[in-house]
Amino acid sequence: MLLMQIDWFFLVEKLSLITTILLISLAIAAYATWAERKVSAIMQDRIGPSRAGIFGLLQPLADGGKLFFKEEIIPTNANKFIFIFGPCLFMTTALMTSAVIPWGPSFEFAGHTVSLQVADINIGMLFVFGVVSLGVYGIMLGGWASNNKFSLLSSIRAASQAISYELAMGLSLIALLMLTGSLSLREIVDQQHGFWNDGYFTWNFFKQPLGFFIFLVCAFAELNRAPFDLPEADSELNMGYHLEYSSMKLGLYLFAEYINMFISSAVMSVLFFGGYNYPGMDWVSANLPAWVFTFSCVSVFFIKIIAFILFFMFIRWTLPRFRYDQLMKLGWKSLIPLALVNMLITGGVILWLTK
Amino acid sequence: MNTLMLAVEQSTPINYLPVVLQLLVAIGFVIFMVGVTHLLGPKRKTADKLINFESGIPQVGNARQPMAIKYFLVAILFVLFDVEVIFFYPYAINFKELGTEGFMAVLMFVAFFLCGFIYIIKKGALEWEE
Repeated sequence: MLLMQIDWFFLVEKLSLITTILLISLAIAAYATWAERKVSAIMQDRIGPSRAGIFGLLQPLADGGKLFFKEEIIPTNANKFIFIFGPCLFMTTALMTSAVIPWGPSFEFAGHTVSLQVADINIGMLFVFGVVSLGVYGIMLGGWASNNKFSLLSSIRAASQAISYELAMGLSLIALLMLTGSLSLREIVDQQHGFWNDGYFTWNFFKQPLGFFIFLVCAFAELNRAPFDLPEADSELNMGYHLEYSSMKLGLYLFAEYINMFISSAVMSVLFFGGYNYPGMDWVSANLPAWVFTFSCVSVFFIKIIAFILFFMFIRWTLPRFRYDQLMKLGWKSLIPLALVNMLITGGVILWLTK
Repeated sequence: MNTLMLAVEQSTPINYLPVVLQLLVAIGFVIFMVGVTHLLGPKRKTADKLINFESGIPQVGNARQPMAIKYFLVAILFVLFDVEVIFFYPYAINFKELGTEGFMAVLMFVAFFLCGFIYIIKKGALEWEE
């Protein structure tokens, strides 16, 4: 029964979409490392990478190529299997999250409706949360298996930071879910169609500014980005949970972090900034060929994602690092109560308006 | 009850097939990357090179030793509170159908949540500096 529903077009469509998204995530992650170095250079009045290609554009390729030809070091004290398993798990989870994100509107191709979303499942947002939580195991296992005190400290910091902020993140989304009534990301994007409707903005950011702010802060903490980069505090921990790693296993950790940043930017633009919706999309859809519409939607989505990635970078090079007790205090004593209050106010206002 | 069930469109196993495909592609990619570097990289291992790095001083013991209990406490509290947060999700999805009555019930639940929350703060479970 199940096999009957699978046709070859579906399989080919999904596989090509998955491969494309994988390649795009890798390309964006690679160029995010370049952008990070360029942004930091500009903010600190330096030049940044400039030798490989124009503006150092080939630098990510050089870095990636280098990692392939480096010696793999597994310390004798380390737990060998878990040592290898850690980065693999971290990378796999980073690549899995993109499955539920709608990259653009569906379009017609050769008599079939092609959906630019790998899987439209009704638990979309829960899927993202679940996969992201699994990513913590990658850090925890890798840091523990190295049998290095710095790595261990880093990984327990990372784990307890990630789980603390996951609570506030989950709570901040509840107010949004009250508005949307659905966990499916496709549904959430469709509800934010266009930009202006019935005398009010359609994007959720304008209905949930506080929810967005909490979500954003939690995203910084979940990604171990500055100002919450305690697991990677170079000055205290040498490097972080990937201290003992070399070669592509280190590369997987570094790449996966940037892929996570890309995906969380995508999730934030889907949830709060309308995903692929933009002002005047109805006019484009009505007056221009279908492929222009699809292409413009996907481009707008990627512009939003890149804007978020740049925002992450500006913050990293602007704010100093928090202390661990400040981090925990902010997560537990400020963001969680704030998210609860936000949820209750949203619920109250919706009930009052619909009465 | 039926209206509650219908509030969310049901997904069939077929919707999850692409997720499995993506998992296979992701695992394949990771195994490929790790395998290729294993074959390409040089293998000149010496005993000194394989010692854990400790900022250049000789290694002292190893990292398999007790660590601060605070981290475990945070982990346990997370499990408790995350379960409570998960209870909010089905409510939030069906919020509009449940109306004022549901909201009152959730206010009660939030009150219970806050009782536990205030208790752990008063107990000092989240104090990091003594």
